[in-house]
Amino acid sequence: MKRILARNAPGYLFLSPWLLGFFLLALGPILASLYLSFTRYDMVSDPRWIGWGNYEYMFTRDRRFWKALEVTFTYVAFAVPLRLAFALAVAMLLDKGLKTIGLYRAIFYLPSLLGASIAIAILWRELFSATGVVNQMLALVGIEGTDWITNPKTSIYTLVMLAVWQFGSPMLIFLAGLRGIPKDLYEAAEIDGTPRWRRFTRITLPLLAPVIFFNLVLQTIDAFKTFSSAFIISNGTGAPADSLLFFTVYLFNEAFKFFRMGYASALAWVLLIIIGVFTALAFLSSKYWVHYDNDRD
Amino acid sequence: MTTTATDLEKAMAFDEAARVAHELRVKQDQRNRRARYLKHLFLILVSVVMLYPLFWLVASSLKPETQIFGSLSLWPEEFHFDNYTRGWNALPISFTVFYMNSAIVTLLSVVGNLISCSFAAYAFARLQFTGRTIWFALMMMTLMIPYHVVLIPQYVQFLKLGWVDTYLPLVVPKFLASDAFFIFLMVQFFRQLPRELDEAAMIDGCSPFKIYWAIILPLSLPAMGTAAIFSLIWVWEDFLAPLIYLNDIKSYTVPLALRLFLDQEGESAYGQMFAMSVLSLVPVVIFFVAFQKLIVRGIATSGMK
Repeated sequence: MKRILARNAPGYLFLSPWLLGFFLLALGPILASLYLSFTRYDMVSDPRWIGWGNYEYMFTRDRRFWKALEVTFTYVAFAVPLRLAFALAVAMLLDKGLKTIGLYRAIFYLPSLLGASIAIAILWRELFSATGVVNQMLALVGIEGTDWITNPKTSIYTLVMLAVWQFGSPMLIFLAGLRGIPKDLYEAAEIDGTPRWRRFTRITLPLLAPVIFFNLVLQTIDAFKTFSSAFIISNGTGAPADSLLFFTVYLFNEAFKFFRMGYASALAWVLLIIIGVFTALAFLSSKYWVHYDNDRD
Repeated sequence: MTTTATDLEKAMAFDEAARVAHELRVKQDQRNRRARYLKHLFLILVSVVMLYPLFWLVASSLKPETQIFGSLSLWPEEFHFDNYTRGWNALPISFTVFYMNSAIVTLLSVVGNLISCSFAAYAFARLQFTGRTIWFALMMMTLMIPYHVVLIPQYVQFLKLGWVDTYLPLVVPKFLASDAFFIFLMVQFFRQLPRELDEAAMIDGCSPFKIYWAIILPLSLPAMGTAAIFSLIWVWEDFLAPLIYLNDIKSYTVPLALRLFLDQEGESAYGQMFAMSVLSLVPVVIFFVAFQKLIVRGIATSGMK
């Protein structure tokens, strides 16, 4: 008994802050959130059990819930592939034939660090406003722009642009991945006269698959969680006409504006399940398109 | 020795081959150079597009109100520092207070993250104990959980504790290693350090804490630096948690203060809003420059390619 204690004590001692955090800040709240999602709770009176009531209302009667899903999925569907495509294209340009990539790398990465800030969200609002820079540039080539932010048809794409502007962090991960591809493969293919496109689809893509997979999972989860920029650009409400009603913005308003904590918890669980399903799908599908190095030798 | 005709022919053939090879190489070089120029041209173009919004922000912060939305130019006709001096005091409370608040929260959070995450990472990477793999798997799973899911119960809990409108809800979680990403980052780094170091130290009678403090930490400065920089930038820019927990304007952090400008938009204080926005980004840019160096050094010392 003493020996077991002596063997385990140091490990658990060092782990204790995290363990405490895990139970108090992660596991506990998740279970509490699950419980609350089956209640009506306004923080004034105690939570009242209403069974599946929240979920039933959500799926059958709540139009804004469906709108929030639509907005969020549209955003994910455009922002993630565009950002990854940009990141990969620029990473490939930087990877080959250039000696001084440090400065480019820094310039392309900087927006990823700044992009989450309120300052940039404010800037974005003004860039795409009716009298903003974007419209002035379009006017130079004779196109009359709209008020991109207050037009419900275009508002979501300003946020997609903001996401693409931050392609730097997946780019860095792609760069590291490209470094790992043996250069002699390309040389051999070039001598054989393999066209550039085939070199890309037959060498780069398959060998980079694990990195693409990693980036895809990470960026998708991140995109579903988008909050600050959408909150600032839509004045905290999801306006105009709910076209920026991101799932997280809707959840925030239900919880902290209307104090419908039970309903907001149900929304949180739906978000958790959506992210869980997407992560699981990525992992399940990965066996068909991601092959790790070790199955080669 | 006489030179036969065949020898001569051979020599000439070699000569010819060398000449052709040389020409091909020159042509290849030219083509490569042209491709390189094109690449640079394209990359410079992308750089300009990437940086233009940032430069526009800085330029606008230096322009008088009436000139901000009139022009695309990145060079103000006259430099107008009013926006900075007036913007600093434009809100009911001076930005000095907001910067102090942000500094306190950020500093405490970074310290908390470094201590608690390196503790956990040391346990996961270097110590033997039962249940290690299960805890590690659970830790990795918490990486996936959106903050919004734990937000509401956490808020209810902190409200009951009377912590709302203090910095405790922002800072205490960092001392409990709630940012699992940093644990993961440090585990990856700690695992690369040679095991013989621990073993030798253990034979010499060092305690696990001594090994952590005197061996693992000093060898992991690059990883600790990376974690510190990232956590600093993320906490500095954090909006959601302060938005929920801080109601009193005296306790506002910089991002919350910036948002107040938006509520006053009618008063057309764009220049001041941009000036304060620029200032809020300055620390991040400064640390980014330092972070660049740190990465390079980290790569050099750890021998990664």
